[in-house]
This record gives sequence, C-alpha cells and structure tokens, in this order.
Amino acid sequence: MRRSPAFLGPLILSLAWALQASAADGDVHESRLGNGLKVVVKEDHRAPIVTTQVWYRVGSSYEHGGLTGISHVLEHMMFKGTAKVPPGEFSRIIAENGGSENAFTSRDYTAYFQTLAADRLEVAMRLESDRMRHLRLLPEEFTKEVEVVKEERRMRTDDNPESLTYERFNANAWLASPYRIPTIGWMSDLDRLQVADLKAWYRRWYAPDNATLVVVGDVHPEAVFALARRYYGGFEAEAIPPDRATTEPPQKGIKRLVVKAPAKEPYLLMGYKVPSLKTAPEPWEAYALEMASSILDGGSSARLQKELVRGRAIAASAGADYSLYDRLPSLFLLEANPAKGRTVAEMEQALRAQVRRLREEPVAPADLARIRNQVVAAKVFAQDSVFYQAMRIGMLESVGLGWRVGEEYVRRMDAVTPEQIQAVARKYLTDDRLTVAVLEPLPFAGHAPRTHRGAADVLR
Amino acid sequence: MSSVDRLKSLLSFLVLLFAWGAAAAGPAIQSWTTANGARVLFVPAPALPILDLRVVFDAAASRDGDHPGVASLTNALLTQGAGAWDADTIAERIESVGSTLETGSLRDMAWVSARTLTRDDALATTLETLAKVLAEPRFPPRELERVRKAVLVSLRQEEQRPGKVGKKAWYRLVFGDHPYAHDPSGTPESVEALTRDDLLAHYRRYYVARNAVISLVGAIDRAQAERIAETLVAGLPAGEPAPPLPPVADPAGAKSADITFPSTQAHLYTGQPGMARKDPDYFPLYVGNHILGGAGLVSILADEVREKRGLSYSVSSYFIPMRRRGPFLAGLQTKASQLGEAERVLRGTIRRFLREGPTEKELDAAKKNLTGGFPLRISSNAKIAEYLSLIGFYDLPLDYLDRFTTRIEAVTREQIRDAFRRRIHPDRFATVRVGPGGKG
Repeated sequence: MRRSPAFLGPLILSLAWALQASAADGDVHESRLGNGLKVVVKEDHRAPIVTTQVWYRVGSSYEHGGLTGISHVLEHMMFKGTAKVPPGEFSRIIAENGGSENAFTSRDYTAYFQTLAADRLEVAMRLESDRMRHLRLLPEEFTKEVEVVKEERRMRTDDNPESLTYERFNANAWLASPYRIPTIGWMSDLDRLQVADLKAWYRRWYAPDNATLVVVGDVHPEAVFALARRYYGGFEAEAIPPDRATTEPPQKGIKRLVVKAPAKEPYLLMGYKVPSLKTAPEPWEAYALEMASSILDGGSSARLQKELVRGRAIAASAGADYSLYDRLPSLFLLEANPAKGRTVAEMEQALRAQVRRLREEPVAPADLARIRNQVVAAKVFAQDSVFYQAMRIGMLESVGLGWRVGEEYVRRMDAVTPEQIQAVARKYLTDDRLTVAVLEPLPFAGHAPRTHRGAADVLR
Repeated sequence: MSSVDRLKSLLSFLVLLFAWGAAAAGPAIQSWTTANGARVLFVPAPALPILDLRVVFDAAASRDGDHPGVASLTNALLTQGAGAWDADTIAERIESVGSTLETGSLRDMAWVSARTLTRDDALATTLETLAKVLAEPRFPPRELERVRKAVLVSLRQEEQRPGKVGKKAWYRLVFGDHPYAHDPSGTPESVEALTRDDLLAHYRRYYVARNAVISLVGAIDRAQAERIAETLVAGLPAGEPAPPLPPVADPAGAKSADITFPSTQAHLYTGQPGMARKDPDYFPLYVGNHILGGAGLVSILADEVREKRGLSYSVSSYFIPMRRRGPFLAGLQTKASQLGEAERVLRGTIRRFLREGPTEKELDAAKKNLTGGFPLRISSNAKIAEYLSLIGFYDLPLDYLDRFTTRIEAVTREQIRDAFRRRIHPDRFATVRVGPGGKG
C-alpha cells in the first residue's frame, strides 16, 4: 500500500517492499562466529560511508496476550543505558561521530542501525555489541519511556482513524496467528508492563545466535569480520526457544467489521489469507501473488490507478499490497478511499471485480513485460542507497529465508506465467479467505475545525 | 590480527582518508544555461547506470495569488495528458521502460522529476515523455474534475488528523496575508472555484525556461548532459522569472488559537517567521537550532520533554529556510491532560536557550555531528540531485557544499546567542493548540 498513511511508519516497515528490488550484484560476504552470530558484509565503495545494522529475530509476532508491545518497548529501552554507557549516551556518541541512527520494530524482527563515515565503523560496533548483552533496564528510565511509547500509540493509532481501522481489521482477520497483535501493543498491556517482563524478554531474545549483523558500505569484509570477532566474539550463545507461533486455523467464510471513529472520509480495507514465500507450498505461488499485486498496483499504469482512479473514477485512491517476505502466512491487501459521491459498497464491488478478473482472465503479456522491466530497473535504482541494501539483507536473514533469496528475485519474477497468476488467484483470493473492514466516519462533536478561514479559528 | 590483515586495514585507512577528503569537498558541480534560459546544474556519477532528472519551477503555492491551490493542481495535471498522449499513455511509456516520474508542489518549489536507466531506449523514452509533459500539458477537463475531487477528498482526510489541522492553522496565524499562509493544496472552497483557465494562466506564466532549474545526476558525460537539458525544455518559451515575493512581516505580538478536536492527544505548535535561505544569520541559526531542537533525540528540547519527563513521542524545533523567511516552528503532542506541563517545559527550554545560548560542549558536539556527518549528506545520487535543485533554485554559490563544513566550524557560541536573541522572540510567538479541551 504505497500511498496509504495507515500502512507506513517505522513500525510497519515490512509492507511496501515488494518492488524495492533484490540485493544488488556487488560483493556479499558472510561469516558466522562460534557463538552463532551471522555477519553479512556488502561492499559499496561509491561513497565513504557505512551502514551497520543489527537485526534480532523477535517482534510482535513472537508476543502473546498480556505482553503485547513488549518487543517495541524493549527497542526504546535499548537507548537507556548499559553498565558502561549511561542513558542517552549511545545516541550522543553516534551524533558526535557524525552518524545518524535509529531502530524499528516490526512483526518479525527488531533492528538497530547507524550510518557513519566509513572510518567510524568501530564506534558503531563497540556500542551496538555492548547493548546486545549489557542493557541495564533501569526502573526510573522505564517509567518515563513507557509513557513515551503510549504517546506514540496515541499519535500513530488512536488519533488516526485509518490506522485505527487497520489495527482492528488485522486483529479481526487473524483468529489465532500472532499477526493479530499490533506491534505498538494494546494500551492495557502497556499500562501493566513491568521492568521484570522486559528483563526476561531481553535475556530470552537478545543473544548472538538470534541476531544478524549487516554491514554495507565502503568497507573491506575481512576488516569487518575482525571487528565482529573482537566485539561480539566473547558472547555466549543462548538456547533460543523454538518458535511457538500459533498456526491460524482455516477461515470458514467471509468476515466483516465496521470501525466507527471521528473522521471525515470513509475507508475500505480488504485482506485475503495467502501464504508468504516462507510458507508457500511452492515458491512460485508466492512470486505469482507478488506479480498479482504488481498487476493491480505496480505504478500509475497498473489496474487500480488506470481503471478505478482514472478510468471509472470511483476511487480517490486505491492500493494493493502483498508481503512476500513475511515469516508467517500473510494477507493480500486491498484498500481504497471512495471518490467524492461514491460509496464504500461500490468501492468493494469494484475491488472484488478486479480480483475476479485476476481469477478469470490471463494477464496480457505486455502487462507482464512492463512489470518485469520495472523489477529490473528497481533493482538497479536500489543500489543508490546503502541503507536499503542492508535492510534487504537483514530482513531476509531475520525471517529465515537468507539473503541469497533476494538475489533470485528478478529471475523468479521473470519466470511467473499468466497461468500461475490465475492459479494463485483462484486458490487464495476467494471469499472464504476474505476479511473486509470499513471505517464509518462519526461526526465530530462540538466545534469542528475549519481550515478555510484566513485567520485562526478561535483567537484568545 | 595477522600482518596481512594489518597491512590491508592500513591500506583501507589510506583509501578512506583520500575518499574522505574528496567527499568533504563536495561533488564538482557544472552549471550552464540552455538556449532558452533555463539554468542547468550537473554532476556526473558514473558508478551506476542511472540518471536522475529534476526540473524545478518557481511556480508553487506562493504564486497562487487569488486562487489558493492553483499551483498544486496545475502541477498535478501535467502528467494527466500531454500532446497526443492521455494519462494512461504517459504512465505506460514511463513504466514500460522501468522509469519513475513524479510531480510535486509546495510553497516555493514546483517540480517534475524522473529516474531512468541510462540504457538508450529507457533514457530516450523518459526524456521524450518528460519534455512533452513540461511543454504540452493539455489539462483535459475530465482529468481536471477527477483530480479536483481527489484533492477535495484528501483535504477532508487531513481534517481528521489533529496534527494537520494544527499545522495549517499555525501557518495561517503566523503568515497572515503573506502567500506562505495558505496550505499548498488550497481550501475546499478555493479548489471548488478553480477553472481550467486559472490553471492555463498559471502554467503559461510560470512554467517557462527562465523560471526553471534543471538538475542532472547520473552516468552521462557533459556533452550528453547538454543535449538532454536542451531537449528537456526545448518546448518551453523563455518567458520571465517569477517576480520577487513580498517580505514576511514581523509579528506585532503574541497570537494563539485553540481548536477543539475529538482526539486523545493535544498537539502544540508555536513559533514565528524564521529565516530565508540566503539569510546572513543562516549558519548561526542553523547550528543553534540543531542544538536546541533539530538534532533528534540528542537535542535539548528532546532531552527536556521526552528523555527527562516522558511527555511526548516527538518534540522538535526547526527552521524551514525559504525564498523569504520560512517558519521557525517548535511542536509536540501529548495526552490532553498534560498539555499545560509540556507547553511550560517547551517554552521554558526555548527561553533558557535564548538567555544562555549553547554551552561550549553542546556547540562542539553539534559541529562534530554536522561536519562528521557531511559524507552522509551526499552519499547517493538522489541526495545530490536534491542539493542541486536547492543550490540552483535559491541561487546559492556552486561551492556551497565545498564550504559547508568550514562554515559550520566557524560558528561561535556568541554568534548563536546573538542571532537567536535578535531573531527569535517568544513573547511574539504564534501558538496553536489542537485537542479535546482546546487548551487541554
């Protein structure tokens, strides 16, 4: 959903990657330390900078009721001090070295990254390795930081009607899969979260054998491996618990929900249960779904823009998305805002007609050729950013596919046939797998904001 | 480490020193003017077989005049029909060769940009399409009505977001009668009222060569760049540059607006007219604000509001330097019952900074961040292309990037304190609060 504000934002980065391109052709080198830490290095000497990322295989899909949001709160606490580095000092040291840094939590992973001039790589390695095992989790820091996270939740979700709709849609679409859990967490769980919970979560998941170190930029692999050995080599491996994610039982018929919230414009979200590449019976099915998503929403020439936004002009905006690289079975998403004077019911009919067409009619060779050309070009374009090259490697490693799968992307997409797209549409894009959510705007109570006056609304 | 490893890392260190020196100097920018008067800025980047093209016009919302939203709608319509091609054909031409095409229009700049492979067919198709879009947009009535409706929907979507409502109200409050006051998208009423003739008039006046800056970054040589630039704007008349904008007035006194909104949080926006892109105080104000509220979590405001008190997820202050003085704006959002406390902390922090200025340690840290981080600013073709547009549009010197770190290094505590005291006046700030209780 490349245009939808409800889907973007650092917490939910796993979407919208589909066409970003695969890992580029440059030299990728990998190594594994004795304690299980995987190190992946990609050389890119175009600019004297380096991106360092540490990815942990933990996120909201590893959580359960009562502890939702804990992975994300822990991510915030990772900046709050170790035995050697006082709270806030991590960010200050990176800043003083001219770096930029941040972190994000998703359903399937939590990642920390710094981008620096290449000669400062060791600064990032020293600090990042320190907090893999030596976080202090001070109660007074936690008390403040969990309030910051609640403000983040209010801003991103509670006060944003389309995000709120997505959260409720997701929690309804999934009956048992942990993908039903919002990454930011339910407010009542945030209210009850304890430092002791975080300590246990940290001990359980933050270990060398549950992490990937990705370094991309103007570096030499042997030098990076040597630094990795120096800073991470002394850590013991932990026994990482086996994956206990509940398997989603088969859906038994269409699901519908309405979200009523103060809003001005209605919004429609639809999701079909589909396998990701990791969980597909055959890899081609996942690539065929990826291609189906591009047929609908792979740019301005794709069907949703061409036919619903421009041609019939019944959508003000419309999008489709498929998360090829999710670690669990996923959703094939469709979303839209109806055009002025059109209804969500008309919108839903139009989107379902698009899905029906995928089932019934083979995609024209010219449409496939256009998307293949976009895929090839996007792969070259992605090489302009060391950050996204590293993101791609880290994500693929963290969901258990491995970075080499990214190298196959162009070839796999090239091999998808019109018959395969039809086959996955018939198999997966069916009513019995569908959830439909509608944002039903409630009128604003009291003094509605007015945006059309020259001066302010109420002067004091 | 083996001796071979040591030698390797020594070699890599030498290479890095060399590369660092090159990067701190910035890319070598070439500049010339097309036959019809468009300014061109070009940086060859041979490493990847791609080309970024951006054409920026002084044709954005500050040129709306009596038709708020006309610049934005005109810009959006460029790709919806040009020459003999309809919107579908334009999209298919661009995407069938894997290229991307984007348009955008804010307050100062309106632009059309594309990214293409440098392979012959891709480059030729993209260039031909872009040139047509610039020179022969048709503004088809049906597309105008459709895009108008989409703008109206998006304006209403913005009305359901407290942050958007607050920021728009703040711009109106602080800029008053100045063209920077209104939202670039216009208002529902003004967008409803726009006619095709309004769009045509705007297009004809402002989409002209002498009002354009072309940026090219990619795997082409100078001769190719000259041909590409000529082709891009060949269909545009020379025209005239846009006239100077009126200056932004100083605020006479404090103003505030409280807007009731059904949200859980209250949003606070407070500030005043800030600085212009070519402002004599640019570097002291820029470095000073980096320390005060511009450097993310390590800024003083983030430390006081978020790190020490847990009051807000995002809190910052920033200047948006524009042709004329753009905003100096500080803001945060917090659960409604805490707005009073959060606002006191934010205001107190700004006043203390005005009184005391930064410490030597804070200034030193900021300089290290800004100079040490310089290579990150120009680490991709996309970033360099943005800088070229900025340098060309605001007529900054071509050695702007070369001199950037030196000018940061030269800023002193006294200059920052002096510039902030002369320029920033909290007792005349415009303040907007949006939330369930108005004042919260």
